[in-house]
Amino acid sequence: MYGWFPQNIATYGADVDRLFYLIYYVVGAWFVVLQGALLWFVIRYRRGAHPTATYARGESRGELAWLLIPAALVLALDFSIDAASDVVWRKVKLDMPPGDLQLAVTAKQFAWTIAYPGRDGRLGTDDDFSLLSELHVPAGRDVRVTLRSTDVLHSFFLPNARLKQDAVPGRAIDVWFNLTTPGRYELACAELCGFGHYTMKGSLVVHPAAEFDQWMAAQAPASAGA
Amino acid sequence: MSETARVLGHEPAPGFWRRYVFSIDHKTVGRQYMVMAMVMAVVGGATAYVMRWQLAWPETAVPLTGWMPEPFMYRGIVDPAFYNQLVTMHGTIMIFFVAMPLLLGGLGNYLVPLMIGAPDMAFPRLNMLSFWIFFSASILLLASFLVPGGAASAGWTSYAPLAARPMYTGVEWGINIWLIAVGLELASFLLGGINLIVTAVNMRAPGLSFSRLPLMVWMQLTAAVLFMLSVGPLIAGVLMLFLDRVAGTSFFVPADGDPLLWQHLFWFFGHPEVYVLLLPGVGAVLEILPVFARKPVFGYRAIVWSTIAAGVLSFIVWAHHMFLSGIDPRLATPFSVTTILISVPFAIILFAMLATLWRGSLSFPTPMLWALGFITTFLVGGLTGIFVGSAAVDMYFHDTYFVVAHFHFALFPAVVFGGFAAITFWYPKMFGRMLHEGLGRLHFGLTLLAFNAVFLPMFVLGLGGHMRRIYDPTAYEFLRPLMPLHGVATIATVVLLLSQAPFVLNFFGSFFLGRRAPANPWRAATLEWATTSPPPHGNFSTPPVVVRGPYEYSVPGAADDMLPQGQAGGEGAWAA
Repeated sequence: MYGWFPQNIATYGADVDRLFYLIYYVVGAWFVVLQGALLWFVIRYRRGAHPTATYARGESRGELAWLLIPAALVLALDFSIDAASDVVWRKVKLDMPPGDLQLAVTAKQFAWTIAYPGRDGRLGTDDDFSLLSELHVPAGRDVRVTLRSTDVLHSFFLPNARLKQDAVPGRAIDVWFNLTTPGRYELACAELCGFGHYTMKGSLVVHPAAEFDQWMAAQAPASAGA
Repeated sequence: MSETARVLGHEPAPGFWRRYVFSIDHKTVGRQYMVMAMVMAVVGGATAYVMRWQLAWPETAVPLTGWMPEPFMYRGIVDPAFYNQLVTMHGTIMIFFVAMPLLLGGLGNYLVPLMIGAPDMAFPRLNMLSFWIFFSASILLLASFLVPGGAASAGWTSYAPLAARPMYTGVEWGINIWLIAVGLELASFLLGGINLIVTAVNMRAPGLSFSRLPLMVWMQLTAAVLFMLSVGPLIAGVLMLFLDRVAGTSFFVPADGDPLLWQHLFWFFGHPEVYVLLLPGVGAVLEILPVFARKPVFGYRAIVWSTIAAGVLSFIVWAHHMFLSGIDPRLATPFSVTTILISVPFAIILFAMLATLWRGSLSFPTPMLWALGFITTFLVGGLTGIFVGSAAVDMYFHDTYFVVAHFHFALFPAVVFGGFAAITFWYPKMFGRMLHEGLGRLHFGLTLLAFNAVFLPMFVLGLGGHMRRIYDPTAYEFLRPLMPLHGVATIATVVLLLSQAPFVLNFFGSFFLGRRAPANPWRAATLEWATTSPPPHGNFSTPPVVVRGPYEYSVPGAADDMLPQGQAGGEGAWAA
């Protein structure tokens, strides 16, 4: 199954993948047991092999145990999945670090505008600059992105980071990530946003941290005050 | 002319039109719903075919569609805007115009009065009105393809602001008509559902207490109650969205309105709706298993309470569709917990189905094959729901093909496997003829294989991060290696559609050529088998009286392996 997932490059990506495997093994076991029981009953109790059915209504306490004890096991597994899921969800969506770098992403049919803080490291100043659908970030640093939309719903999806968040007009929604592996990846729109939805993609470029600072410095003057 | 029918003021109508078209007989209305569902399923299937072709072999000519005019298609090549119309109309048609009329309007109408020993629905004229409102909504929806700009293209969920302002989709009247058609459909099924509730509560035969009610009736009743309690907010939402479009209001558009309000209204209805669609199919399976296992349903009371519990829970899970929508992230875990909790009642129902087979004496005519097919496929749909019920995993799978695969594995078993189980099981009752077994088995086998071959690859697409509702996957580099899976799914879709040919042949051929059906061909115990096949107007020549539960098979000490639920006078299998 590892082969099907895109390469994970986020610090919390492995947590999401582990949670997937936890659920996969739990439901996989149920799948095997229940399909096995179905197959076994169909073979074992076919009319030719079992001409007379046993009258069992499943209303007595002893019989109900056959339904309720496995159901209790389901309940226990449910809660353990809930608990494991909550830990990962908190890490990604609730307990956000302040961030070493703050970016602003504005979605609009059918492109992403990404605003960078420039050399002063602060958004909303003169040396800010923007790029269209090019998301550059440093490896190994906490990056916070504020998502906005100016028209319809879009969804900011970084498959390699296992991160997805809708961009909603009228709201500013923060996400964060810390990417480990430099390289070039893709940014996708995951919410139907119109006839050009499938074209609304961008690049995610993860620079080694030192190289990123140079890149930012090189970009900023060209766009500052423009 | 029976006494009961006279009391109802409900004489068999004279003349062709009142008997077959504007009929108030629940059996005719039920069959009208079913036929309409099948007609709409052809359109829904065609949308799937065109979409699937485009996904597997983007921007190549789709065979057999060369006649489609611009701007929809150019020489058989799908236009991106038309692709979104196909996505939208496929979901809308299959949910609102196939599943609901087949399972609720069709099976509910036809079976509930018969199973409770009533001569008709409580309000026969309202029943006819419900159907004709639904019929008008269907025609309206199909007509929306023909208006300038084409049909609705904002997804079957019609999310705002995309759907709230014509400029965002380029579709002007298509979405307006979509809103009117869906609004009418919801109103029609609200009327039909209330009719069904009144019927099932008030018109049960003497002796037919709630604890003796066939599970199909329990499921239809629960579905109707869930629908009644959840549909109001969406009807209001549809009206508000309509006003946003035509009157320039801003219920769902900032700065004055909120796009998320639409999602809350939609999914507050939308999740109970999933169970509205699911329960009748489950009911059909639960009627069929005991008959062909010659054994009572195991755990009748546990099933009824589980159904009610799942129904109650379905009202507090809706935000699991909205984990990533921008709602307060603290809401995710509570909604994850309620969502995953639904696995408990459904696990009990599934265990009960398996336990019904345990130590039975199983035979496998076509209806039983569909019922077993339901169990084996629905299990996959249920289990994969746990992945997307977890907010953290949903962060990756939301809006990907994993979700598409999951809900098709949940709804296809209920609607198609459950639906065909019901049609093949009750066809002899409905039309007085037996279906052909060989064609039935062929249809089942091909459908089971092709269905899995369509949707199992979609789970893998989802693992690969493949977004849904994408016109051309090759636009993304990371999706290109997944394209062979699209090829498999598309070929299997063509096979799946062609696999319905034996059914169509069987359905219409047996109508004329099938062996005449006796009153009770399957030797089943519930009341509908106590009357002739097909039942007369008014259903029972003598009102039945119920003396026992619905599934008394292989009772120790009994002379026969079945004790019928009622004692009816003078006709059918009961007389013996």
